[in-house]
Amino acid sequence: MATTTSTPVAATSVSTQRRPRTGYLLLLPGIAWLAVFFVVPIITLLITSLQAPVPGRSGVYTLGFEVSNYADALSAYWPQFIRSFVYASIATILALLLAYPLAYFIAFKAGRWRALMLVLVVAPFFASFLLRTYAWRTILSDEGAITSFFNALNLLPDNRILNTPIGVVLGLTYNFLPFMILPLYAALEKIDPRLIEAANDLYARPFTGFRKVIWPLSLPGVVAGTLLTFIPASGDFINARLLGSPSDSMVGTAIQVNFLQFRDYPVASALSFILMAIILTVVFIYIRRAGTEDLV
Amino acid sequence: MTLAPGANGVDVADLTLINLTKSFGDFIAVDDLTLTIPAGSFFALLGPSGCGKTTTLRMVAGLEDPTAGQIMLGDRDLTSLKAFKRPVNTVFQSYALFPHLDVFENVAFGLRRRGIKDVAGQVNQMLELVELGPLARRKPGQLSGGQQQRVAVARALINNPGVLLLDEPLGALDLKLRRQMQIELKRIQTEVGTSFVHVTHDQEEAMTMADTVAVMNMGRIEQMGAPVDIYDLPTTRFVATFLGQSNEIEGQIVESSGDELVFSAYGQRFGVPASRSVVDQGPAYLGVRPEKLGIVPAGQADSVAAQANQVSGKITDTSFAGVSTQYMVMTSWGDEWIVFEQNRSASQPLRPGDEVVVHWLVEHSFGLSPQV
Repeated sequence: MATTTSTPVAATSVSTQRRPRTGYLLLLPGIAWLAVFFVVPIITLLITSLQAPVPGRSGVYTLGFEVSNYADALSAYWPQFIRSFVYASIATILALLLAYPLAYFIAFKAGRWRALMLVLVVAPFFASFLLRTYAWRTILSDEGAITSFFNALNLLPDNRILNTPIGVVLGLTYNFLPFMILPLYAALEKIDPRLIEAANDLYARPFTGFRKVIWPLSLPGVVAGTLLTFIPASGDFINARLLGSPSDSMVGTAIQVNFLQFRDYPVASALSFILMAIILTVVFIYIRRAGTEDLV
Repeated sequence: MTLAPGANGVDVADLTLINLTKSFGDFIAVDDLTLTIPAGSFFALLGPSGCGKTTTLRMVAGLEDPTAGQIMLGDRDLTSLKAFKRPVNTVFQSYALFPHLDVFENVAFGLRRRGIKDVAGQVNQMLELVELGPLARRKPGQLSGGQQQRVAVARALINNPGVLLLDEPLGALDLKLRRQMQIELKRIQTEVGTSFVHVTHDQEEAMTMADTVAVMNMGRIEQMGAPVDIYDLPTTRFVATFLGQSNEIEGQIVESSGDELVFSAYGQRFGVPASRSVVDQGPAYLGVRPEKLGIVPAGQADSVAAQANQVSGKITDTSFAGVSTQYMVMTSWGDEWIVFEQNRSASQPLRPGDEVVVHWLVEHSFGLSPQV
């Protein structure tokens, strides 16, 4: 970065010459970190995904260009891909429906309770992700109050929640909820509450005022929150493993099993790459559609 | 072009507040307010912060529910009508423009909410009125303070409100722009003929713009009238000092001879017309505006007419301001008085330390009750 030739005006002004250099210096630790812990592993993963098996020796692979690994991975695990995106989408929508009113309340109505409520939102992070998901096994257990309640109403297709897709989606919704609430809160908190009054004054009923003013202004938070929920949820394997049955497994599960049990590293890496590619495409289309750059 | 009130399709009607009260817990923000704002007038609610003027405005807008009382527009009772149903629009302090909508859509907002499909004609006409036509597609963030202000006015006025409410609309502008917008707002008001109710703490703004000024203090209206009238003859000590400046003497009214009262303080006697005093005997305050005072060096005291009121003192400060000079004078009993002297003579201003006599005509005095 520092090799760029100095601009002609630089001779007259010291500050214009210095400012960019300091900027690059600030980037350095981050770039170094990402280079070692992100770029190198990604390249390794790419190479692994193209490796060929060594005949007769299970779990040992050699450098190659086996594009068929990708085809194999897709044909073997397409149901997991579909489940991943369906579960993640439902969880994202549920999280949005739960988080929006809550974030709205914290931003506009909580008053002096605001700080406390924000602490409560992040409080679950004080306990480990794994532990909390295990706790959900108890909460959703077949003898538990929740399952009994819904069973009494005859609302559950399998008469249970644990080890069903419902359990997985509930777990995903719960675990990623704070990642939805916080960006929504950040976006809503920036909105001047007088805009609501102005909309009311200009003949907008409360709901119309929300739809025409608050919702569009909160879109950056909606986009950030849905991405922060959808992306990790679609790659998650803990919730499917602990709260679902084997037939509810997601891509994350497939990757984990291939890496650690089958020791089929090329297929596991290919799965990771396909997942990444699909997420990037979805995110790209989504951001384009939401048109966030057009919003203030 | 000047349109008569009632033109432009405006439904002109008097705005009447009847025993309007608003309390927040123990605090009474607006205290039993009754007043009528005549149709088509430019009305200013003037007062210090916390006097209840903004609360009054918000109750008229429907953004605050009154604790008691009634709000009438003509013979329509607005009191229990929701804000979005009231034929009243507001120009908010710091404007509250919708940042995601451009100028055109901000102005069209009210029309669209009322289901009007073809808004372009009206919006463009309104943008023309506030001279913002070329900026229709800009976002509020790309406009200067003065331009945003005009968008806010256009956005409210396009709905032909029965009353336009303005909440300190010029507070965020710098002095020069504020003067310009004062003239602009006055022009727009004359053109559309809608009643404007303008809330401000700036007495000069209230006096230059409004037909009628109501001076508010502690939730009540202290005095109401044409700016010239209340400036010339304030009826409470609060008005005398809040609206412009005043010099005061504390004393007694001791005699009444026909249409003139005799006021006594510090062993001196002063005259005040009976018609200009709210009390006619006992403890009182005598007041006079600083620009009504003449000032002469003590040595030339004979030149002052004998029947004029006189106070002797010593100059403590002289500040020359081009067209006028402001003197601070310490009276013989230790009060600080302000004197504005037009710089009409070629002589040098008097200097601090000079002994002087301050004098004024009896008919410029006003008598006030000792209660604040």
